[in-house]
Amino acid sequence: MAGKGRGFQVFSNVILTILCFCTVMPFVLLVSSSLTSDATIAVYGYSFFPRQIDTTAYRYLFLSGSKILKAYGMTFLVTGIGTTLNICCTMAMGYLLSKKDLPGRAFLSFFIFFTMLFNGGMIPSYIVWSQLIKVSDTIAGLIFPNLMLSAFNVILMRTYFTTNIPNELCEAAEMDSDTQVGILFHISIPLSKPMLATLTLFSALAYWNDWINGLYYLVRKKDLYTIQNVLNSMQNNIQFLRDFSSASSLGGFAGSIPTLSVRMAIAVISIVPILAIYPFFQQYFVRGIVIGGVKG
Amino acid sequence: MKTKNKHAGKKLYKYRFLYLLALPGFVYLIINNYMPMVGLVLAFKNYSFAKGMLHSPWCGIHNFTYLFNSKWAKIMFRNTIGYNLLFLVLGNIFAIFVAILLGEIRSERAKKTYQTLILIPHLVSTVLIGYLVFAFLSYKNGFINMSLLEPLGKEPVNWYTEPKYWPFILTLVQMWRSFGFQSIVYFATIIGFDKSYYEAAVVDGATTWQQISRITLPLLRPTVIILVIMALGRMFASDFGLFYQVPMNTGTLYSATTTIDTFVYRAMMQDHDVGRSLAAGFLQSILGFVVVTIANSVVRKIEPESALY
Repeated sequence: MAGKGRGFQVFSNVILTILCFCTVMPFVLLVSSSLTSDATIAVYGYSFFPRQIDTTAYRYLFLSGSKILKAYGMTFLVTGIGTTLNICCTMAMGYLLSKKDLPGRAFLSFFIFFTMLFNGGMIPSYIVWSQLIKVSDTIAGLIFPNLMLSAFNVILMRTYFTTNIPNELCEAAEMDSDTQVGILFHISIPLSKPMLATLTLFSALAYWNDWINGLYYLVRKKDLYTIQNVLNSMQNNIQFLRDFSSASSLGGFAGSIPTLSVRMAIAVISIVPILAIYPFFQQYFVRGIVIGGVKG
Repeated sequence: MKTKNKHAGKKLYKYRFLYLLALPGFVYLIINNYMPMVGLVLAFKNYSFAKGMLHSPWCGIHNFTYLFNSKWAKIMFRNTIGYNLLFLVLGNIFAIFVAILLGEIRSERAKKTYQTLILIPHLVSTVLIGYLVFAFLSYKNGFINMSLLEPLGKEPVNWYTEPKYWPFILTLVQMWRSFGFQSIVYFATIIGFDKSYYEAAVVDGATTWQQISRITLPLLRPTVIILVIMALGRMFASDFGLFYQVPMNTGTLYSATTTIDTFVYRAMMQDHDVGRSLAAGFLQSILGFVVVTIANSVVRKIEPESALY
């Protein structure tokens, strides 16, 4: 902290620089591979610097990979709808429970909290969603199971509302004959922006990166695949890309689909939006990790 | 009593729209969380998709005896607990080390840059991490075989068929992706420490190392204890993505990569062996509940504010 040793400063900087390098390196390998032609990869393997920049993979994706672009669109759609639902529910429940004189408050809090301690596991959940609610092979299968609400977030939201919104403010609004719902929109939400930003961010990341719902619930309708499901299928099935693209127009690429680099190019486009906005939400991200880290 | 009821009735009326707004969330919890809990009893049934939850016949503990007669029961428990302990010990030591280093950095810009970069792996999906690992380990094109082993004149290694390498690979991958956020948690604790301890230490001529070992580490102790106990409470859970996606679900690696979560998935979706899958999942849920409850009551004794309840 207040160390005077100059040596330790240097030591810390060197170690952290090495660690950052190790963190970023695999991504460089990924991007470089996506910019290398298949022929070069076949000879030299995946390497950190493309010997010759080759954009065939990306041209292929944007010109002929209409299904892949559709999957990309699905990711945006699912993330948008899912995050909106998640935040609305989290806010409504957190706000309800923040009312100290609410009838049934203790029971409802426990009802939410208990889901953090005990869960039925993947298979009973799969049976409920696929057999009872029948979400399989619909977009609902990507949005509803597991991701739409987290008890932990509801509790964070409730705590935020109770500790950061001055009671006098709500009482004054009540005097002005504002309704309870009105207070939520006029006072509580505007005053909770940092918390809402953090929760929105984590919910959006969870949806963007999710591939498990697709794995369980998209059995036949592969056209509902998100980009993560496409990545997952390709990894499991090398033939996938050929099957996947034979249905779409191949144009001049017939027979020479650059499989090795296209796989990497799809992986790259799946992280570009996240990395592009990361610098802007970095502070909320750190804050979320700190809140979540202590309570796991 | 009557006035109290009337009072509660008035409150109910006052908050009626708030209940209504929150209703979808509660319905969701019933479907997504409570119904699967009830579904756990299916572990004692001979479940068939055609007959459904209610009409499948009971079969006692047959699913469990069947599960424990296979070699996988031992393997998946050993792997789940073993990897968890390994990740717990290495992860925490490394995270504390990095957090202390971060605390020593004086330049604000450098500090922020380090924080930003080490958190990047936490942003991406496990599928993507599988791709990153594949770029290194692919037999034909991987960086390690082509750019490291070949120039050294060594035979390429077929990483995806040799289980013996995977405990190291999985640990390395787990460290790579989690050290960032774990050290941020510790770092947040460290910057909250009272600066006057350090100022006094400097006046007394303490070296940096003395400050770390006599001030920072002792002050971190409660946080470490809490985080370790919380992690012990998740002893029977494993990250499905890490163990399924990173080894690319390769059959030859199952002995080193099968945890309860991957077993449950494979038994159900690949082998269509619902009984064993349900039995394994049942044990995971019940044991998970028991250890979380124990962990929490321990935390409540040491530091009530950090307890979950």
